[in-house]
Amino acid sequence: MAIDIKMPALSPTMEEGTLAKWLVKEGDTVKSGDIMAEIETDKATMEFEAVDEGTVAKILVAEGTDGVKVGTVIMQLAGEGEEVGADTGAATKDDSPKADAQADEKKPDTVEDSAHPAQEKVDTGARQLFEAASHKAEVSDPAIPAGTEMVKVTVREALRDAMAEEMRADERVFVMGEEVAQYQGAYKVTQGLLDEFGDKRVIDTPITEYGFAGVGTGAAMGGLKPIVEFMTFNFAMQAIDHIINSAAKTNYMSGGQMRCPIVFRGPNGAASRVGAQHSQNYGPWYASVPGLIVIAPYDAADAKGLLKAAIRSQDPVVFLENELLYGRSFEIPKLDDWVLPIGKARIMREGKDVTIVSYSIGVGLALEAAETLAGEGIEAEVVDLRTLRPLDKQTVLTSLAKTNRLVVVEEGWPTCSIASEIAAIAMEEGFDDLDAPVLRVTNEDVPLPYAANLEKLALISTDKIVKTVKKVCYRG
Amino acid sequence: MAKAPARSEAPAADPQKTNRERPAEPRPYEASKDELLKFYEDMLLIRRFEEKAGQLYGLGLIGGFCHLYIGQEAVAVGLQSALTEKDSVITGYRDHGHMLLCGIPPKDVMAELTGRQAGISKGKGGSMHMFSVEHKFYGGHGIVGAQVSLGAGLAFSHKYNNDGGVCLAYFGDGAANQGQVYESFNMAELWKLPIIFVIENNQYAMGTSVNRASAEDQLYRRGESFRIPGIQVDGMDVLASRGAAEEALAWVRAGKGPIILEMKTYRYRGHSMSDPAKYRSRDEVQAVRDKSDPIEHVKKLLTEGHGVKEEDFKAVEQRIRKQVAESADFAESTPEPDPAELYTDILVEKY
Repeated sequence: MAIDIKMPALSPTMEEGTLAKWLVKEGDTVKSGDIMAEIETDKATMEFEAVDEGTVAKILVAEGTDGVKVGTVIMQLAGEGEEVGADTGAATKDDSPKADAQADEKKPDTVEDSAHPAQEKVDTGARQLFEAASHKAEVSDPAIPAGTEMVKVTVREALRDAMAEEMRADERVFVMGEEVAQYQGAYKVTQGLLDEFGDKRVIDTPITEYGFAGVGTGAAMGGLKPIVEFMTFNFAMQAIDHIINSAAKTNYMSGGQMRCPIVFRGPNGAASRVGAQHSQNYGPWYASVPGLIVIAPYDAADAKGLLKAAIRSQDPVVFLENELLYGRSFEIPKLDDWVLPIGKARIMREGKDVTIVSYSIGVGLALEAAETLAGEGIEAEVVDLRTLRPLDKQTVLTSLAKTNRLVVVEEGWPTCSIASEIAAIAMEEGFDDLDAPVLRVTNEDVPLPYAANLEKLALISTDKIVKTVKKVCYRG
Repeated sequence: MAKAPARSEAPAADPQKTNRERPAEPRPYEASKDELLKFYEDMLLIRRFEEKAGQLYGLGLIGGFCHLYIGQEAVAVGLQSALTEKDSVITGYRDHGHMLLCGIPPKDVMAELTGRQAGISKGKGGSMHMFSVEHKFYGGHGIVGAQVSLGAGLAFSHKYNNDGGVCLAYFGDGAANQGQVYESFNMAELWKLPIIFVIENNQYAMGTSVNRASAEDQLYRRGESFRIPGIQVDGMDVLASRGAAEEALAWVRAGKGPIILEMKTYRYRGHSMSDPAKYRSRDEVQAVRDKSDPIEHVKKLLTEGHGVKEEDFKAVEQRIRKQVAESADFAESTPEPDPAELYTDILVEKY
């Protein structure tokens, strides 16, 4: 009985990948530990090792094929003593050229073989977030001039392009962090920067967050414009002293003489099944600090336009990305210099019945919930804060004045959250516009668990938003 | 927990015997009469300034934490006298002396101590948080050890801009145990950053003596595992201090990367104004004052070697006292910040 070798999931968020290269051909014998193929994931090119011993009976997916879904059978391995190819009926003992030709013939854009069901998709909370992140803004950004050509770009590429463009424009801009150069970025965000800008401006650091955050901050004080990448913001807790005590407070403490134009960026919030120490939203932490700018974009256009603005800013910026969003594609205006204003929220969907305020990955869920609610006759207006500090209170209050109901959605803890802050603003400055209490949809007040079912319970979901919105609308 | 006794009396590996290139043993600086006079004046200015600051603190005109540099003057005077305009300086919270040596007017510093609009930080920084980009003085940092990473960043910018500058980053024997110091050592040597790490070993980290807190109390060796050479210097002797600066600057300017100077020094006053200093005896302090005072040392050299007379010293003393008194008068009389300043300088730009 031949063994089906399936496309593996090589990262927590990998859904599909490119079969970059076969290192074995039909008829080869392999033993455990042999490298059989190179597979390109959304993050990196990975080697795919054999676990079982046997002979390569049949290669089912040709090299160079994109979009191979996780779980697709990519080859069959015949065990010891088995007739190679006997099980599949395909005689493949011929010369390899024929095998190649055969492979070439079956080189569709995507390979999904319904006969081979994809590997079991664990239904996790992160998957819900990830899937909802396919939702786009339903109102185009007023900052985009009419008639601008739009192109599809992933959030990952948008961030990279923002850095590259600013580095081309300003010699003082450089990037430092763990694996940003030779490795091309732990999450591939800095891919290609080393080649273009060299190791003077794209700098691999040792794993010493406190130290390199301090070096970056000192370099900013010395007149440069550093972009410090944290592999994730969880590790930036080691460095938070420099972000807050050194970067945020210096301009004030120096009476406005000593500036610190630095961008601290990296993924923030829950990823997929990475547990409590790697899943935390630091938005509320940094947004509570005067002297910092805090940005948390949702889609690719905002990621690019706001990162460019962050790099140009004379102030220290904490730029919170989201790992689950990196691989998502969105339309982005094809403009030479797409820069967005910091501190301006954006209406993602218009509605008259209720306002849903969110930011980062929560926006996807909010849009998904709005769609569901529309089916039930509730028109929700979705506001993406985009910048957490300074917070665009006016856009929130204007929307509240229009809808008279407010729900805040936040992929993060409830206590002392951005959601709490929005609720307070509504109380202080929008009380007369409220027809119902402001309600919050946040993660549960627990460290994020690993188990798939518990993770799902802990994170925000579209269902929770729909239920909460109905509550403030006094429906259901 | 008490420090365990040293394991053995086996001689430590002599760093001089490695194959690695090392800086030459520094020689005491050969100062001219004018240079010696300048050292004397600079040290005296710091001492009188700090005494006045202590007095104003006692009068309630200076608040919060206030750390005086009295006793340690030869360290900063010797080192900073060797710097050029390209170089940058950064230190911790015991920063008044370093600022004066960067050329910042005493009245700007004193007015900051009293929290006035005319202070160098518009009264918003205070004793521990003062900066002057114009004078290449980058603080004035209140978090122990932060200035070491920040200093490595300043050195990074010197190298990036290829401006020939060197960063002089001061920290104390207490900060020498901070983790980020070693992260910075590693990166500084890895990238050959132009920085001199100056450990001002005044023997006490607040109330804890060096050997109660440091497994390796010979702090100049702390860079060995990063291949950073270290030199131990008599920080009570301004000529030794300046001589060490010459050697260290030559090393760093030659592109050989960072170097550590451990300056053995002593503070006469408490850690801060509110420290009763019960962890050491009055006799210990008095003995240092009597035997190793850095100002008396230079005075003696000037008297014995250059025939400077007591009335000449008196003239210097009077001039400095006048300058310090004027700065104190200014700091007391100049207005407090306008209430509107509360909301300025938080961010540079408007959003």
